[in-house]
Amino acid sequence: MTPDLQSHPRLAPGCRLGENNQQRVLLMPERALRLNGPSLEIVQRCDGKHTVQQIIGELQQIYSKAEPKKVETDILDYLARLHDQRALDFA
Amino acid sequence: MISTPSAPVNPLALIAELTHRCPLHCVYCSNPLELKNRANELTTETWARVFEEAGQAGVLQADLTGGEPLARTDIVELIRAARSAGLYVNLITSGLPLDEGRLDALIAAGLDHLQLSFQGAREEIAAEISGTKSHAQKLRVLEWLKSRRIAVTLNFVIHRRNIDQLAEMLALAESSSATRVEFANVQYYGWAFANRERLLPTRAQLDRSIETLKSAQQRLRGKIRVEYVVPDYYAKYPKPCMGGWGRKLMLVTPTGDALPCHAAQIIPGLHFENVKDRGLREIWETSAAFQKFRGEAWMQEPCRTCDRREQDFGGCRCQALLLAGDASATDPVCSLAPTRGKVNAIIAAANNTPPTESVKPDWLYRPNPA
Repeated sequence: MTPDLQSHPRLAPGCRLGENNQQRVLLMPERALRLNGPSLEIVQRCDGKHTVQQIIGELQQIYSKAEPKKVETDILDYLARLHDQRALDFA
Repeated sequence: MISTPSAPVNPLALIAELTHRCPLHCVYCSNPLELKNRANELTTETWARVFEEAGQAGVLQADLTGGEPLARTDIVELIRAARSAGLYVNLITSGLPLDEGRLDALIAAGLDHLQLSFQGAREEIAAEISGTKSHAQKLRVLEWLKSRRIAVTLNFVIHRRNIDQLAEMLALAESSSATRVEFANVQYYGWAFANRERLLPTRAQLDRSIETLKSAQQRLRGKIRVEYVVPDYYAKYPKPCMGGWGRKLMLVTPTGDALPCHAAQIIPGLHFENVKDRGLREIWETSAAFQKFRGEAWMQEPCRTCDRREQDFGGCRCQALLLAGDASATDPVCSLAPTRGKVNAIIAAANNTPPTESVKPDWLYRPNPA
């Protein structure tokens, strides 16, 4: 699936940020994903308030040296992957 | 001099077997044949300290299990303690000693994820396998969960008697609020080993089940994560049991013994440290039992020079003991193992007797300890 730009991604029930040996992780049933740099910036914004469009805009500013279209594609792929793992809902 | 293998930095998950008491009598229970009584169980305070030590050691997740963890009257306190130690809290339960009020208390205490175990999709098979009437209550729990914000997994243990009912199990999962469903083929230790010939599916059953589950994975993508474990007797290579001995997981028994896996106590000559006497990190790093099968020095041929030794770590030590009579042997389910013939004979026997739904097998049920 490709996330709708106007939807509001939010961590699914039972998915939350955690920390282990100074490493931020996304905790979920039976697994934990390491979060670094961009992935952490994205997940922190999956709060049900930001739209996908806003997340893309904010990350394009943070990573202003990267090609904006590439930032958008990467974010959409990452959100779709988290959704497949049932770590995200789109409202 | 042979160097001692160094311990991985920390265990990722702590499996806390809070009690062996359970209202169910499942014929494949993963608890040992010798069950511990309530009088010998760790106290609330000791478990709270263990969770604290786990959090400090870098453990991410706590699996609160049993027996039936809800049989502990202090379960709400234990969840709170695990959560405040910084752990992600999973509860693996039959859902039996539960009502809506208690469920709310568990969630308020910080429960992240509830894994509800099912013995089948129908009352009849569930009662046969668990030796008790429990299915209707599980369906009630599923209804309560729909209105609550918590991660839910349905866990179906599958075997010869229910593996042909996967479509109904999937339908049950789809009608629930679960985001994850697990189909775990029975693994043959403890009670399941004793009931093995009545549980082992045929090759045809297994092939059909994998087809069904693969297509369900596709169909439910983005809705429910469908995960499954095949019976390793039918595999070509062994499973990396527990992600490797003393590499990822630590299990603490109801009385406080720290084990590298559920069944480790069947291996003769191993001495297990107890969390009442020593800290979790110290046990992880230095306990002789955890060191015993770390690294590769203990391996025999063909494992010792095998290209796959870093993928499957020689398979399961307990299975090597049960089937080959030697805990250091190559896991006999491996097609390269000198003892694979024993597994082939077991499979051949299972496939020579077609499954009959009408005849109820003569099960050995696990008792409920005092």
